Amino acid sequence: MRRPRGAAHRGNPHAEAREIVFDFLEGYDLLGAFWVTVQLTLLSAVGSLIWGTLLAAMRVGPVPLMRGFGTAYVNIVRNIPLTVIILFTSLGLNQTLGISLGAHNFDTINFRLAVLGLIAYTSAFVCEAIRAGINTVPVGQAEAARAIGLSFTQVLTLIVLPQAFRSVVGPLTNVLIALTKNTTVAAAIGVAEAALLMKKMLENEAQLLLISAVFAFGFVCLTLPTGLILGWVGKKVAVKR
Amino acid sequence: MKLRKVTAASAAVLALAVAATACGSGDKDDSGSGGGKKITVGIKFDQPGIGQKTPQGYSGFDVDVAKYVAKKLGYNQDQIEWKESKSADRETMLQRGDVDFIAASYSITPERQEKVDFAGPYLLAHQDVLIRADDSAIKTPADLNSKKLCSVTGSTSAQNVKDKLAPKADLQQYPTYSACLTGLQNKAIDALTTDDSILAGYASQAQFKGKFKLGGFKMTNENYGIGVKKGSDLKDKINKALEDMVSDGSWDKAVQANFGPANYKNEPAPKIGDIKS
Repeated sequence: MRRPRGAAHRGNPHAEAREIVFDFLEGYDLLGAFWVTVQLTLLSAVGSLIWGTLLAAMRVGPVPLMRGFGTAYVNIVRNIPLTVIILFTSLGLNQTLGISLGAHNFDTINFRLAVLGLIAYTSAFVCEAIRAGINTVPVGQAEAARAIGLSFTQVLTLIVLPQAFRSVVGPLTNVLIALTKNTTVAAAIGVAEAALLMKKMLENEAQLLLISAVFAFGFVCLTLPTGLILGWVGKKVAVKR
Repeated sequence: MKLRKVTAASAAVLALAVAATACGSGDKDDSGSGGGKKITVGIKFDQPGIGQKTPQGYSGFDVDVAKYVAKKLGYNQDQIEWKESKSADRETMLQRGDVDFIAASYSITPERQEKVDFAGPYLLAHQDVLIRADDSAIKTPADLNSKKLCSVTGSTSAQNVKDKLAPKADLQQYPTYSACLTGLQNKAIDALTTDDSILAGYASQAQFKGKFKLGGFKMTNENYGIGVKKGSDLKDKINKALEDMVSDGSWDKAVQANFGPANYKNEPAPKIGDIKS
């Protein structure tokens, strides 16, 4: 990683100053690393939205076994540190049990394992957010739906969940922002996302504060618009009661 | 009534927390490096053979070197305060003056020399691989290209593998070398790669004796130096101490004691200021 410094921009004092300050960024694929972060976030977000909704349905459903499973899952997974879950997917599932999720090299295996771990963890929070949303739907709605002969699934999918989702856009945004930042834990099993590149740069460049600041800024760029846009969406779709 | 109980309980917790913090900062106060009778040394706490914190105290080659240097600087063993210096924190710790010097498998590189000064080098290490003792498929560095390798996340060794040593190898990165060893034992990973001195330290641990061996490849040169604050007058004194350590035989003894069991063939003690690239 040795490279000549200050060769470009000779003669332009401003460019030269910039080159000295941001010299350490040279030769690193910052955008590529953040792109992996975005992919991790999006795939895990979709996955945990689906699995979290199913869990919420189980927790409010009429079958005691499913209610028990939903409650147990949420309370166990929510209380395990994410690092432990992610490391377990790699050291436990992959290295010890030999599960590779259909991939053949560590880059792909680890990416998929990380998505799996993030979904398992985040869906517990999604479930609780949606359950809170279900509680905001007046009981009369469900009672009226049952009175016209709808089944439990129909009551949930046609009447309750659509209203529930509209009231939990805010809480789900919080979960999504937390998820975006949680993807950094995937560096623990070697997924080449932003936090891993940061470790690499810190190792090479001896610029702790500047490098951390650059990555903090990168994450703000991802999460701030998410918060603003979804905040606006939340207001738009909120059920006026 | 119930509310009052909760309040009382939280007050108690808060008081405990405050007390604990107070203790913490109290400890720090006596350790001020300028205080005269104490010297603060940064080492690794988690690398067997190099620098490790054990229930019995601190052990490892870096620890032995640091103890010798401290003695030459006029400090007894009980006047040394050990601090953990993780790889990413080392420059900052020196610049802030948290530690007087750092001996923590600290390779001398041009980027780091811009930030801190180095005494030494006191050990020439090479990137190498640790493989299962019964593995005969890896004989040359080229064999690594079709193998599963493991190293520490973002470390220089991991980058070397990707960039030049074995670009086609399948590389797994974990936060610690110990995590790599799980896979190495389960045959999910074929080789653990980093500096041979660190590998030798792991292979010398009691629970791994006889299970792993070093490849002996010498893929890169790592010049371990002792980091001091830029412009510090400690540099010359430490260099003098390191020269003494080599000439009176303590250096050889320390190498044997820490790396011996792993069949590690060490390089002769490097000359002060002789940095091999």
